[in-house]
Amino acid sequence: MTDITSEDSRKALCNPTTEAVRNSLSRRNRKQVLLQSFGIAAILFAMGMLFILLGSIISSGYHAFTQTHIQLEVYVDPEEIPADGLPRGGFNDVLAAAMAVHFPGIDLADRVAKRELTSILSNGAQFILRDKVVSDPSLIGQTISLSVPASDPYDQLNKGLVERDTPEQFRRIDDAAIARFDRLKELGMVSAPLNTALITNADSRFPELAGLKGALVGSFWALLVCFLISFPLGIGAAIYLEEFAPKNRYSDLIEININNLAAVPSVVFGLLALAVFIGWFGLPRSAPFVGGLTLALMTMPTIIIATRAALKAVPPSIREAALGVGASKHQVVFGHVLPLAMPGILTGTIIGLAQALGETAPLLLIGMNAFITSAATSPFDSATALPTQIFIWADSPERGFVSRTSAAILVLLMFLVTMNAVAIFLRSKFERKW
Amino acid sequence: MFDTPHSAIDERLSDTKIAAKKVQVFYGDTHAIKDVDINIQPRSVTAFIGPSGCGKSTFLRCLNRMNDTIDICRVEGEITIDGEDIYDPKVDPVQLRAKVGMVFQKPNPFPKSIYDNIAYGPRIHGLAKNKAELDEIVSSSLQKAGLWNEAKDRLDEPGTGLSGGQQQRLCIARAIAVNPEVILMDEPCSALDPIATAKVEELIDELRTNYTIVIVTHSMQQAARVSQRTAFFHLGILVEEGLTQDIFTNPQDKRTQDYITGRFG
Amino acid sequence: MAEHTVKAYDDELTALAGRIAEMGGLAESTVNDAVAALMTQDLELARRTIEQDGRLDELLQEIEMRIIELIARRQPMGKDLREVVSAGRIANDLERVGDLAKNVAKRVIAIDSGLTSKKLAIGVEHITELALNQMKRVLDAYTRQDAKAAAEVRENDAEVDAIYTSLFRELLTYMMEDPRNITQCAHLLFCAKNIERIGDHATNIAENVYYMVTGERLEEERPKVDETGVVSN
Repeated sequence: MTDITSEDSRKALCNPTTEAVRNSLSRRNRKQVLLQSFGIAAILFAMGMLFILLGSIISSGYHAFTQTHIQLEVYVDPEEIPADGLPRGGFNDVLAAAMAVHFPGIDLADRVAKRELTSILSNGAQFILRDKVVSDPSLIGQTISLSVPASDPYDQLNKGLVERDTPEQFRRIDDAAIARFDRLKELGMVSAPLNTALITNADSRFPELAGLKGALVGSFWALLVCFLISFPLGIGAAIYLEEFAPKNRYSDLIEININNLAAVPSVVFGLLALAVFIGWFGLPRSAPFVGGLTLALMTMPTIIIATRAALKAVPPSIREAALGVGASKHQVVFGHVLPLAMPGILTGTIIGLAQALGETAPLLLIGMNAFITSAATSPFDSATALPTQIFIWADSPERGFVSRTSAAILVLLMFLVTMNAVAIFLRSKFERKW
Repeated sequence: MFDTPHSAIDERLSDTKIAAKKVQVFYGDTHAIKDVDINIQPRSVTAFIGPSGCGKSTFLRCLNRMNDTIDICRVEGEITIDGEDIYDPKVDPVQLRAKVGMVFQKPNPFPKSIYDNIAYGPRIHGLAKNKAELDEIVSSSLQKAGLWNEAKDRLDEPGTGLSGGQQQRLCIARAIAVNPEVILMDEPCSALDPIATAKVEELIDELRTNYTIVIVTHSMQQAARVSQRTAFFHLGILVEEGLTQDIFTNPQDKRTQDYITGRFG
Repeated sequence: MAEHTVKAYDDELTALAGRIAEMGGLAESTVNDAVAALMTQDLELARRTIEQDGRLDELLQEIEMRIIELIARRQPMGKDLREVVSAGRIANDLERVGDLAKNVAKRVIAIDSGLTSKKLAIGVEHITELALNQMKRVLDAYTRQDAKAAAEVRENDAEVDAIYTSLFRELLTYMMEDPRNITQCAHLLFCAKNIERIGDHATNIAENVYYMVTGERLEEERPKVDETGVVSN
């Protein structure tokens, strides 16, 4: 027997098959190279698109991470700001006076000249001063050093986004204004620190004051509500379907419907929420609670599908082992299967939440695109969310919102990347080998 | 000379741990086990042999109602352990499985520590009143499974870190920790190397004095080595059952003869 | 019986059975030659017969090696196991048969004066015929796997024993008739005893064949009474 086999193998070296294989080899290799290059080309294309996307967002967004500030020495004139009537004091006049020090030719009595001078400062500058004095009334009568944001046109000018070569009539600020700003610059009063207002402020009509705090808080509440509802419900549904439900036509039907639900366009969920949560239940519009409910509806199928997949991936040998020593069904599920499936479930949940974080359409429909200038303190306050804030800003005409929109997108992307990173971390950390 | 296995069993009816009468198993429309009658003796090793798909594993899994977990599986006929019908609606499978332990083909320790692997069964059944008792159960189970010397210094290490043979003995220790009367083994050595197999076989032989062991194996040599009685299954039918030495030297049925001598085409 | 899934296993078992058959044939011819040498006082033939026994020893060794190898490699079960084990026993018996034939041949050389009368040896020739017939039949039963034939061979051993008893009496009579016959007759008596032992080995082989085929031992103990003792009274 063995002799025959070895003889066969010796023959194989010079048999017709070898010949045929050799002839077709170069053609086959060519095809393989072709296929590989197609794949590489596709990946390069995708990477290129990603770089263009990120590049355009970053290039227009990075400006928003700094804000032009004007450094002023302000004499808090007790005549303008009486200690007994603080909130209604003439803070604007005080600021104008502080500015006028550097422009001797300007008469503050001339209202037009005064407005032109103070237009360099943000509209919010007087409120910053007011807040400072209100919190510390002893400042009245003293000269304090104050850094206030420049208003949007001057901010743009400082960042070089206003072309000085453009004919005057096509510019938002005239030559005189530019001259005034340049003078301040010469005096070293202009600085461009990190724009912390982008995170610490809520929305505003004025780009230099507008921030994402309201949106971040709104998104946080919405996601919290979404998580608290979709996570237990989703896991519960998945465990029942995977471990306890009989496998028959009805469970098949349910499974198909859950899969379909995951594919339903998000705007439909928004309409549903509008009709049910706001229309029937009378829940408040624009509230993160309703937003969270809506997002939970969307996230639940994702969580159910992810959980079922994770439960399925737990080897049956573990179930058998537990059943074999006399564990009851629920002991098997909660003592062994669920803990082992947890990394997968968490990963799926985080991915689902990340998806919910970026969801815009349903939130628009329930009014989470309202203009709200303070951060929500509970899930029932009106609020915006990150994506809807982007939507609002993208719609705003002020130049400053262009870069802020991109900056907000970057913040959103950063959160998404972070959440995905957490998902990957959880998966690799808790993945059990068996 | 040619007395049937049935008459041989009848003489020993008084000495029966597990008795199956006219057992039928269906998987959906498939008739997987047909009319199986067998009596299994206490404190001995009974081996089930037969070609793949002959129903030996299926029948084994009827003995602790492991088939209950499969929706489409239906069992008919009567199986009694110590005279008690295990398919009686009053019998809870959980209760049954505490009495009839099982060891599986692939070593399947829980991804937990060695200690927790063994303590799991006693814990869920509430067999130990305190930590000291639990420790005692764990150490005695490991000793009975011949794993104590290898495992005593690493009780906190994961059970999955042991070698294949040690894992399988850990699974046996886990099974005996709940103090069962019967231990079912479904091809316990098929994933092990010969040395590990020998250790498990030696263990089976030791356990025989205290437990009724039923083992499914693909290896006829293993059946010959470890069992006192052997049952040959073919196409869902129990073809022949008898003393192991008789089955392997002088089987009465042509199908058994063909199978054990390696003549199945 | 159907073929093994592993064909080489079949080949090995067939080869083993072939070796046994060859050994059986050789044992038969050795006995035949030894007795022929006795009858014709052919010393040359007697010597060749003694040498032939060496060939039987070699065959036995070869068969034992084959059996050990087969058990190690194939782990025979059931019928195969019985076949292999029986082959070993049968080979042993055949080797003993060869030894007994050699003993007869040695006697031929020992009776250097030659037989004074053919008549004395006729009984030995007769028992040899019977014993050889037993051998032939049992070897046939082995190759044909015939348990019934093997059982018959075992029954027929009584006939060989009976012949031996009568031959014993006959030779005793010759010795009493003429004391000069005593040496020759004593030699012949040993030869007859050897041949009778060959019959016993045939019986052993028959029992092994029966076990090999059926898996059962032949039950009742064969009546074996040495009636030679009766005469000496």
